[in-house]
Amino acid sequence: MEWIADWLFVIPLAPLVAAVANFLLGRWWIRDRAHWIAVPAVGVSFLASVPAFLTVARQHEPLSQHLYTWIPAGDFRVPVVLSVDQLTAVMLLVVTGVSFLVHLYSVGYMHGDPGYHRFFAYLPLFVFSMVMLVLASNFLVLFVFWEAVGLCSYLLIGFWFRRRSAADAAKKAFIVNRIGDFGFGIGVLLIFVTLGTLDYAEVFERVGTLGAGTVTAIALLLFTGAIGKSAQVPLFVWLPDAMEGPTPVSALIHAATMVTAGIFMVARTHPIFVASPTAMLVVAIVGAVTAFIAATIAVTQYDIKRVVAYSTVSQLGYMAIALGAGAWIAAIFHLFTHAFFKALLFLGSGSVMHGLHDELDMRRMGGLKRSMPLTYWTFLIGAAANAGILPLAGFWSKDEIIVGAWVAGYPVVALIALAAAFFTSLYMFRAVFMTFHGEERFDRAHLHPHDPPWTMSVPLVVLAVGAAVAGFAGVPPEQGWFHRLLEPVFEGSAHHEVSLATTLAFGAVSTVIALAGLYLAAAAYVLGTVSPAAVAERLGPLYRLAYNKWYFDDVYQRLIVEPARGFATFLWRQIDVGVIDAAVNGAARLVVWTSQLWRRAQTGLVANYVLAIALGTVIIVGAYLVAGSNLFR
Amino acid sequence: MTELTTAHFLFLSAALFIIGMVGVLTRRNVLIIFMCVELMLNAVNVSFIGFAWEQNALTGQIFALFVIAVAAAEAVIGLGIVMALSRRLDTVDIDEVRQLRE
Repeated sequence: MEWIADWLFVIPLAPLVAAVANFLLGRWWIRDRAHWIAVPAVGVSFLASVPAFLTVARQHEPLSQHLYTWIPAGDFRVPVVLSVDQLTAVMLLVVTGVSFLVHLYSVGYMHGDPGYHRFFAYLPLFVFSMVMLVLASNFLVLFVFWEAVGLCSYLLIGFWFRRRSAADAAKKAFIVNRIGDFGFGIGVLLIFVTLGTLDYAEVFERVGTLGAGTVTAIALLLFTGAIGKSAQVPLFVWLPDAMEGPTPVSALIHAATMVTAGIFMVARTHPIFVASPTAMLVVAIVGAVTAFIAATIAVTQYDIKRVVAYSTVSQLGYMAIALGAGAWIAAIFHLFTHAFFKALLFLGSGSVMHGLHDELDMRRMGGLKRSMPLTYWTFLIGAAANAGILPLAGFWSKDEIIVGAWVAGYPVVALIALAAAFFTSLYMFRAVFMTFHGEERFDRAHLHPHDPPWTMSVPLVVLAVGAAVAGFAGVPPEQGWFHRLLEPVFEGSAHHEVSLATTLAFGAVSTVIALAGLYLAAAAYVLGTVSPAAVAERLGPLYRLAYNKWYFDDVYQRLIVEPARGFATFLWRQIDVGVIDAAVNGAARLVVWTSQLWRRAQTGLVANYVLAIALGTVIIVGAYLVAGSNLFR
Repeated sequence: MTELTTAHFLFLSAALFIIGMVGVLTRRNVLIIFMCVELMLNAVNVSFIGFAWEQNALTGQIFALFVIAVAAAEAVIGLGIVMALSRRLDTVDIDEVRQLRE
């Protein structure tokens, strides 16, 4: 299937065409037919990714297609080349596959929304940007589409921009991401300054020529970008707020694809990270802290989408742990399985919201198992996969990460990850039990929950199947099909031998931990043997710490937002009004004053004017005669 | 009897010019002012002729003829303005025409 190398451009082009068509014609012509363009376009993109994947799965060499030279400036050339190696191929399948399902789901979910055509313009635009991001073959193109997915994220979080909270959340996401992107941009510049090239292959080849300090600086700056985009501590605060966007957006962008761009980027640039053990350690620590903090927050939240959002942050932390431990394949494997179950969980919550007229608070749900059986079973599979219950997808990939951290010599990180796994299982089953079990706490007189129409249930079923079986791509651990597939990409990078005993031991421990979380959740929310309120009371400050999201938002409010606002107010009142406006107004006032003075000269008497002309002539001619001529000398 | 020199022409010219200018500045009747302007133009003509006489060249005389032609055109426009003025405002007193005041 070599022919696919010449047809790679179809993968990004199809969604771009759909986006442009819906942008230009959506409002007056296409309207609620927008999905007839967007859904097939993303489908085409997926279908074009499959042969590309199959080709690189069989051969060692990456595919590439040169589109055009974007910047030809002397020696510095930036070509736009689409290149597909095994890593990119996996990402392509995940991105286009999940996108297709989410597009299909949105047809039902967004039905009747006044911004329907706008939604189906932004969503394919996102797919285009994300696909270009993974296809990029140099840092500049990567950076451009890195920003482009951020833009799409902003547009989609603020999709219901008339709602104040949505508009604020969109701004927050954009600004917080900007902090990370700033570091990322500097990292790219540093690469260019030190190596003189931005092409992946050339950069990775020459990384060895750099000093240790420079490599660490580059790696940490690049990772700053990942911290922003992949919602790691301390920049994760935007992701939970991003749930203000429509639920399909949360599923696609803020769970399955865009937020994994940071993980992908670090994996893509792994030769740089391999060269700097310090940076690797930082990545692992940040990941562990993120995984743990987000998991504890998720346990205390009541908003179903926020629970899933913090779960996303936590799982991204796991991926970062894997990256830091040099378990590159485990990170991508978890990214792969996570895309299935997290998209499933979000779409499942969307389905619950759909049935309960946009109810988000789990305290006003309960007992939905009977009225929404399909949603219940798919959500349960997603939750179990996320919690790492054998043999679902999450178990295989998460376990591999923990083992990877252990053998890489980060035992503390591995233990924190295990602790977080307990909370993961607890919050996931807490969500399941509060939503679907127990008594019906919603308004039964007015709400009649039911399973969604087929466009929404088909993606749920497909993703549930994926969440159940995707893990087997990586079985047996460390030697599965998935590992052999990605082997060529990470050839020669840090790889630790894992004994079968270690794998089995950790598998057993994490299963016990996951079941413990499950049992505690069941005891608290189904059996009623443990009272959640009493536990919260008992833990006191610890509970409040988690419930208030470890006070990250409050600290930022105090330390950054308020001083910044104070400074801005100072600039406005003192500098802008006091200096700049005053200067402009002063100039105007001076002109008014001078002309008031001179208007007196306008008497309207011709005689005065003539006198002025005559006197003027006498003075000018006189001055000429005195100074310039020799008549009087 | 002294001989005729260029200075005589210039003194005559200057005298006529000053008479014309004083008239323009002091009189209030538009027609008088207009006549004074003509006087100033002719004062200039006299000095042109004087220089032409001194240089023994025709250029100055031709210039004088041009000035006469332009003065004729100016007279048409000027008298037209005077007519319009007297019709609209029923006056030829320059001090009563102050519409251009601020």
